[in-house]
Amino acid sequence: MQHDMSPSHADKNHGSLKSYTIGFVFSILLTIIPITVVMSGWLAGKASAIILMVTAVLQLVVQLIFFMHLREEKKPRYNLLTLILGLIILLVIVIGSMWIMMYNMVAL
Amino acid sequence: MWERVKTFASEFFVTGDPLIYGADVSIVITILGIVIGLTYFNKWGWLWREWLTTVDHKKIGIMYILAAFIMLFRGGVDALLMRAQLAAPEMNLLPPDHYNQIFTTHGVIMILFMAMPFMFGLFNVMVPLQIGARDVAYPFLNALSFWLFFSGAMLFNLSFVIGGSPDAGWLAYPPYSGIMHNPGVGQDFYIWGIQISGIGSLMTGINFIVTILKMRAPGMKLMKMPMFPWSVLSSCIAIIFSFPILTATLALLFLDRYAGAHFFTLDGGGNPMMYINLIWMWGHPEVYIIVLPAFGIFSEIVSTFAKKKLFGYKSMVYAMMIISILSFLVWAHHFFTMGSGADVNAFFALTTMLIAIPTGVKVFNWLFTMFRGKITFETPMLWTMGFIPCFIVGGLTGVLLSVAPADFQFHNSYFLVAHFHQVIIGGVVFGYFAGLYYWWPKLFGFKLNERIGKWAFWFWNIGFYLCFMPQYALGLMGMTRRVVTYGWDKGWWEMNLVSTIGAGLMGIAFLFQVWQIVYSVKHLRKDETGDPWNGRTLEWSIPSPAPVYNFATLPHVTSQDEWWEEKQRRLQGHPAPAPVKIEPIHMPKNSGIPIVMSMFWFFTGFGFIFDWLWLAIPGLVGVAACMLVHSFNYDTDYYIPVEEIKRTESAIRGVTS
Amino acid sequence: MAQLHDSGLTGHQVSHTEHHDHPDMEEMRTFGFWIYLMTDVIIFGTLFAVYIVLQGNTNGGPGPKDLFQMGGIIASTFILLTSSYTSGLAVLAMHKGNKKALLGWLGATVLLGATFIIMEINEFTHLVHEGATISTSAFLSAFFTLVGTHGLHVLLGLVWMIALMMQIAKRGITPVTKRKVNVISLFWHFLDVVWIFVFTIVYLMGVS
Repeated sequence: MQHDMSPSHADKNHGSLKSYTIGFVFSILLTIIPITVVMSGWLAGKASAIILMVTAVLQLVVQLIFFMHLREEKKPRYNLLTLILGLIILLVIVIGSMWIMMYNMVAL
Repeated sequence: MWERVKTFASEFFVTGDPLIYGADVSIVITILGIVIGLTYFNKWGWLWREWLTTVDHKKIGIMYILAAFIMLFRGGVDALLMRAQLAAPEMNLLPPDHYNQIFTTHGVIMILFMAMPFMFGLFNVMVPLQIGARDVAYPFLNALSFWLFFSGAMLFNLSFVIGGSPDAGWLAYPPYSGIMHNPGVGQDFYIWGIQISGIGSLMTGINFIVTILKMRAPGMKLMKMPMFPWSVLSSCIAIIFSFPILTATLALLFLDRYAGAHFFTLDGGGNPMMYINLIWMWGHPEVYIIVLPAFGIFSEIVSTFAKKKLFGYKSMVYAMMIISILSFLVWAHHFFTMGSGADVNAFFALTTMLIAIPTGVKVFNWLFTMFRGKITFETPMLWTMGFIPCFIVGGLTGVLLSVAPADFQFHNSYFLVAHFHQVIIGGVVFGYFAGLYYWWPKLFGFKLNERIGKWAFWFWNIGFYLCFMPQYALGLMGMTRRVVTYGWDKGWWEMNLVSTIGAGLMGIAFLFQVWQIVYSVKHLRKDETGDPWNGRTLEWSIPSPAPVYNFATLPHVTSQDEWWEEKQRRLQGHPAPAPVKIEPIHMPKNSGIPIVMSMFWFFTGFGFIFDWLWLAIPGLVGVAACMLVHSFNYDTDYYIPVEEIKRTESAIRGVTS
Repeated sequence: MAQLHDSGLTGHQVSHTEHHDHPDMEEMRTFGFWIYLMTDVIIFGTLFAVYIVLQGNTNGGPGPKDLFQMGGIIASTFILLTSSYTSGLAVLAMHKGNKKALLGWLGATVLLGATFIIMEINEFTHLVHEGATISTSAFLSAFFTLVGTHGLHVLLGLVWMIALMMQIAKRGITPVTKRKVNVISLFWHFLDVVWIFVFTIVYLMGVS
C-alpha cells in the first residue's frame, strides 16, 4: 500500500508563524517572572515556591499548545491520553517518593 | 607471561566448584555441537536469512518462546539446587555464598529472562493475528527488542562461568549491592544484563500499544477486540510507565558502583532506602505486567472451550485497565517494615486491598462464562481450571500480606515466598503454558500430544501444592527466606522435605513437556483445518502456520467473536463472502542491524562490567554507527506481488479445501 | 499494512480501494515517538524524585547556594528557549516546502543547542575545579546525574539533527524526512520543557 499523503491532510497540525511567535513570547515572559522573583528576593519561602511552580507548569502548557500542537490532535486523542497518564504516573513517582522518604521517621 | 595469563584466568573464570566445571564442559560441548551441526548441514546462510535477520513477528515470537524455555530450564535447575540444599537440616550441598548466587539468579532469570520473553513471545505470535494485522507497528524495532533481550540474557548468564554471579537477591538492595560490600563483577553483570534487556522490553511495550491502537482490521472497534489484545494493551501501558523507572534506578546504582556517586551508599549522604522505594515502583507493576496477559489468555480459552461468548466483556476490559493503573499505587507494601510511618502504611495497605476487587470481578467472569457451557477439557482448558483455585488462594494470602501490622510478622518469611510463587506459577506460568498449548497448532500446524500433556499438567499441579503449601506453614513457624540451612531443633525438616519432593515433581513435569514436544514432532499429525479447537477469533480463520503476510486480504470485522459468527453464518447457509481481489502486500525487509547492534550492546556491557574501556567505547561507537546506518537507509520495505500471494495461498489452501 | 480502526467500514462487501485509507505509516511512527517521550518523562521524573529527596544531603560539603552561578544558567535558559522557537520555525518552513529555510532553521537550532552544551560543560568543569564532583555528596550525585542526563539528551539530539540535515540535503522534503523533522522538533520542545523544570527546581529553588 502506498503512502498517499494528500496535501489537505499533511498541511494540518503544524501551527503558523503567529502561533509560534506568541508561544515564544509567552515562554520568555514565563521565564523572566520567576527569575525576577528569585533574584530580587520579593517573595520568600512558600509564596516564591508556588510562583515558581506555577510559571513552570504554565510554560509546559504553552509549549504543548503552541509548539507541540496538542490542541489540534484529531480524535481519538491518544497523544493527549498518554500524556495525561504519563503526568499522573510522574506525579505519583515524585510525590510518592517525597511522602515515603521525607516523612520517614527512621531516616530523619 | 604464562603466570600472568594463569592469574588472569583464575580471576576471570569462576573456579573451584565442580558443579561449575561441569557446566563449563556442557556449555562448550553444546556450542561446539551447534557450530559443527550448522556447518555440516550447511545451514549458516539459512539461519542468518530465515531467523537471525528476520523481522517477521511470528518468527521473533518463536525465538522468544524458545529462549524462555531454555531460561526456564536454567532457573528450574537453580530452584532444584536450592530445594536440595534445604531438603534436610545442616546440609552442605551448596556453600552459603554459592547459595546466595543461586537464589539471586533464580529470581532474576525466572522473572526477567523467562516470564518476560515468554510473554513477549505470545504477544508476538498472536496479537497481529488476532487483530487482523500483517505485522506489528515497528517490525525493525521488534527484532531489535528481541536481540537486546537476548544479549542481556546472555550477558547475565555468562556471570555464571565468568567473573562470578550476582548474590544480592533478585532486586539487589543496597548497601549490600554497593561497591563497598560487593566489590566483584557479579552486580555489574546484574545491572548491565537487566539494563540491556530492559531497553528491549520498553520498546516492545511501545510497539504493541501502537500496533493495537492503530493497526486493527477495518471494523474492529476497540470494544470488538478479543480479550488477549486488551490484556496486552493493559500490560504494555504498565511497561511503558514502569520500565523507565527501572532503567533510571539501575543507572543510579551503576553510578554508585562505577563513578563513586552517593545515591544509595551509607556514607556521603546517600540513602539506601531510596533505592528500595524506586525499585518497587517498577517491581510492583512488573508483576502485573506479567500476569495481565495470562488473564487475557484464560479469557480466550474459557470462552473457546465453553463454546460461549465471554461473560462480562466490558467489566473484564475495565478491570484490566484499572489493575494496570492501580498497580502504580501500591509499591510501598513491599517495605511496610521500613518504617515510613502509620499514614504511609495505611494508605498503601488500602490501595493493595483495592486491587483484589477487579481481580475478583475477573474470576467471576470466567466462572460465569463456564456456567452452562459445553465444556471440554483439552490441555489448554485444564491449565485454566488449574489456575483458578491456585490463583484464588495465592491472591487471598496476598490480601493477608497487605494488612500492614500483620505484615511485620510475614515479612521476608517463607509465607511470602509461598505467596508470590503461588500467584506467579499459578497465574503466570500456568497462563503461558495454557496459551502455548492453545496456540501451538496455529504456530506450527500440529497439536501437541494430549495424553503426555495431561501427565505434565498433573505433575505440575500436584508438585506445586506439595512444594508450596508447606512453605506457608514454615513461614508462620519462623523460617525466613534466603536461609542457607537450619538446625535439627527447629522442627522444620519434615515440611522442607515434602517441599523438596514437590519441586522434584515439577522438575519431572518439565521433562514431560519436553518429551511431549519431541513425541508430537515425531508422530506429527498435521492439522489441516487451521482451526483445531473450533476457535472464535480471527487467528483461526487463516491456515496454520500462517503465511508470512498473515492475511491475503484483510478481514472486515463486524462482531466481537468474528470468526465464530462467520462460521455460524456459514452454517445457516449464508454463502462465504465473495473473495476480495488480492493486491500487492507491503512488507518490511529483513535487517541484520538489530542483531549486530545488540552485539555491540553486549560488548559495551561487558566492557563496563570489567572496566575495560577499550571494549566499552568501541561498543558504544558501534551502537551509534548502527543507529546512523539505519537512519540513512531508506530501502526498508518491499511489495509481495499478487502472483506470489496467489501461489502461496493455493499451496496452503489447496490442502485445506 | 496499517488500517484505521475506526474507519467505519462494516460488512464484507467493501471495495478494495478502501484498503488504502490507513493513517499513513509516518503518522503512526510519530505516535510511537510520542509514547517514547512519555517514557522519557518517567526517567526524568525518577531523577527529579531522587534529586528532591537527596538535595539536602550535602554531607557537609557545598550546597546549591555556594555553587550555582546564575548568570550563565539564565543565559543558557534563554538560548535553549530560542532554539525551541527556531526548531518550530524549521517545521513551518518544511510545510511551506522551503528546503533551504528548513535547513537554515535546523542549522540555527544546532548552533544554539551546541552553545548550550558548551556552557553546560563549562559549568561542570568549573564545579569540578571547585572540588564539587559527583562523589562529593548525595546532593551533587543527584545534581550531576539529573542535569547531565538532560545534557546527554541534547547532545544526542544534536547528532541526530545533523544526520537529519544530511538526509534532507540529499533527499529533499519527502513524507519520510517530514516525519523525521516533526519527530525531532517534538524531541527538542520536550527537552526545552524538561530544562524549564530543571531550571526551576534545581537552580531557582536552589538559590532562593
